[in-house]
Amino acid sequence: METAYSDLKTTVKDNTILQLHNICFSYHSLLGETDVLHNISFSVKEGEFIAIVGPSGCGKSTLLNILCGLIKAKEGHRIISDNISIGYMLQHDHLFEWRTIYENVTLGLEIQGKMDKENTDYVLSLLESYGLIDFKDKKPSELSGGMKQRAALIRTLALHPQILLLDEPFSALDYQTRLMVSSDIGSLIRHTNKTAILVTHNLSEAISLADRVLVLSKRPSEIRKDMNIHLTLPDDSLLAYRRAPEFQDYFNEIWELLIDEK
Amino acid sequence: MKNNTQIEQELYIKKYKLENRIVKASRISLLFLFLLFWELMSDLSVIDSFFFSSPSRITLLFIDMCRNFEIFIHTGITLYETIISFIIVNVLSILISVILLSFEKVSRIMEPYLVILNSLPKSALAPLIIVWLGTGRKTIIVAGISVALFGSIINLYTGFIQVDNEKLKLITTLGGNRKDQLTKVIIPASVPIILSNMKVNIGLSLVGVIIGEFLAAKRGLGYLIIYGSQVFKLDLLILSIIILCIIALLLYQSIDFLEKRYK
Repeated sequence: METAYSDLKTTVKDNTILQLHNICFSYHSLLGETDVLHNISFSVKEGEFIAIVGPSGCGKSTLLNILCGLIKAKEGHRIISDNISIGYMLQHDHLFEWRTIYENVTLGLEIQGKMDKENTDYVLSLLESYGLIDFKDKKPSELSGGMKQRAALIRTLALHPQILLLDEPFSALDYQTRLMVSSDIGSLIRHTNKTAILVTHNLSEAISLADRVLVLSKRPSEIRKDMNIHLTLPDDSLLAYRRAPEFQDYFNEIWELLIDEK
Repeated sequence: MKNNTQIEQELYIKKYKLENRIVKASRISLLFLFLLFWELMSDLSVIDSFFFSSPSRITLLFIDMCRNFEIFIHTGITLYETIISFIIVNVLSILISVILLSFEKVSRIMEPYLVILNSLPKSALAPLIIVWLGTGRKTIIVAGISVALFGSIINLYTGFIQVDNEKLKLITTLGGNRKDQLTKVIIPASVPIILSNMKVNIGLSLVGVIIGEFLAAKRGLGYLIIYGSQVFKLDLLILSIIILCIIALLLYQSIDFLEKRYK
């Protein structure tokens, strides 16, 4: 059978670093085939923050898995620039209780055999700037939910990824912590000019964090709308994004798109 | 001045400690009462001490057997055989379950065989082992292994595959392969299961060793039990059972200690 999917590496043209073309994906069980993704195409520019929203079970996580190459699509192709590495942040922190925080955040370096001075110094500086340095020899259970999520982020950042994939990374946190951590991580990603793709159920989070929101339809998912977000910020407070005058309009527009389906 | 909460807290701790003491004291007195009752019954000839022995007769026998170290030799041999088969069972079952885990197809193929071997009463195998390996230490150790091994493999394998898939995915996203998943997640996450499985193994190894000694030994506690029953030396038989109780308790406790230290 002809393989209809290809995975290409090229050098950077303009500033697009990742592209998906006509991606189709379905999975098989004994009961039959389920179409999950249908003709998904979009490109990601360097430094862009993209949020993907859609109804439950629409294949958002599958899309992330295809983006980072963990699974291969059935059709279409993925183009990624040379020398781009992708960091993936999962829904739960998955910090290992049998390791200290420091041993947890250096797990990726350990696996890739990159435990040199330069990298460990970088990890220590990240722990410092996230206020976790005093906890580096503690076990994960001694940390609060927000701290654990920050440790999970450091574990991802330790490998210097240019693109960050975030799969509902805040959904396990309580509401207050969620606001704090998401704004923390949002501002970090902006300041370091990293490219990020966030999958979320939370429309406010998507609008306040992202430059672009992709709205997916129900299974088999297509992109219903690819919208750019421009917010006029009233001040520089934590919740400023949510108080921007355009916020409510974006929210309503996405909401309509999501409930519009049969 | 102490305030009310402090007083209440102290009362709570006092009550807790008192309860603990009552439990401990009751346990010990229960044992003494039982021994006293047993001794009295046999002294008053309510029970026949030829069949039921008595604490004093067992103690005298014990002292007697201590003089020529006989009892220590028998106990030592049983202990030695149990520990050897326990170690072999653990090493083998960890190795085999890692192999089963690494080759999913092999584990699917092997599953019914493991289930059958595990549910088979292993004492049925003992005569076969004797024919193949003769009577002696090797046979007894193999009997000990055969009782514990298959259940141990099934327990460990089930524990290994219950590790959260997302944790394995984390290793993949960090650039790791199957070997990293095994060494960084599956094995460390399964340490509690490995330890609790050891508790089961030590008991079963002892069972296997005693079965082996019943059938194919000239020494060991299992031999003493069979010998005691054949020549109607019931003091000897009951003494051996008591020592066996103590050994079982000590072996279990030592692994329990390891488990608590790990936590």
